[in-house]
Amino acid sequence: MKKKKTVFIEGPVTPQFIADSIAKHQAKYSIGAHNIFLGQVRADKVEDNTVSAIEFSCYPEMAEKKLEEIREKAFEKYNLTCMHIYHSLGKVNVGEICFFVFVSAPHRTQVYDATEDIVNMVKSEVPIFGKEIFENEMHQWKVNNN
Amino acid sequence: MIKVKYFGMIAEATARSEERINTANIKLSTLIKTLVEKYNLKPYTLNVAVNQHLINKIEDVTVKENDEIAILPPFAGG
Repeated sequence: MKKKKTVFIEGPVTPQFIADSIAKHQAKYSIGAHNIFLGQVRADKVEDNTVSAIEFSCYPEMAEKKLEEIREKAFEKYNLTCMHIYHSLGKVNVGEICFFVFVSAPHRTQVYDATEDIVNMVKSEVPIFGKEIFENEMHQWKVNNN
Repeated sequence: MIKVKYFGMIAEATARSEERINTANIKLSTLIKTLVEKYNLKPYTLNVAVNQHLINKIEDVTVKENDEIAILPPFAGG
């Protein structure tokens, strides 16, 4: 199950893409539990401005190495059947999905911890950058608090 | 010759995404100090990667010919 996969998607992760991912796993009969995390772009208010979109970019060569390490760590630590990480690049509007983590295992006990671990590792270790674009076209750079 | 790459708010501050610098066999800390002064990067929180590996102590690393140095702002994925 462990193989290099596409992570970065241009633009938002659509509900259709998520639905298709679930459908693809219905042919894998050893799976008994899925867990999904979806990150959505929030309309943060900064003083008088409101975020209308985030424009994501990354350091591709390093991001791919880091994601491969995260994948290896997750498979070592948890009894998973498969896992997928998808992250948007480019512009994602508020209310749209920019981050999709999909973890599958024979039993449910593994999938909760694995999902949280993977989400935290992606947020803290993968060189992805976000430009928060305000309604008035100004911008600021997003910094992860946690 | 080395390659230096800039990302996110750092690329905005330097007004470039990468450049080649004709140097090698210097301390990474010396190179970073030079770039911070050149582009006024003092107010920024930055991380440094050499050949796609994050460096914890820039004092301990020597930059070699053909290295790729990346100056990275805080990560914001998710």
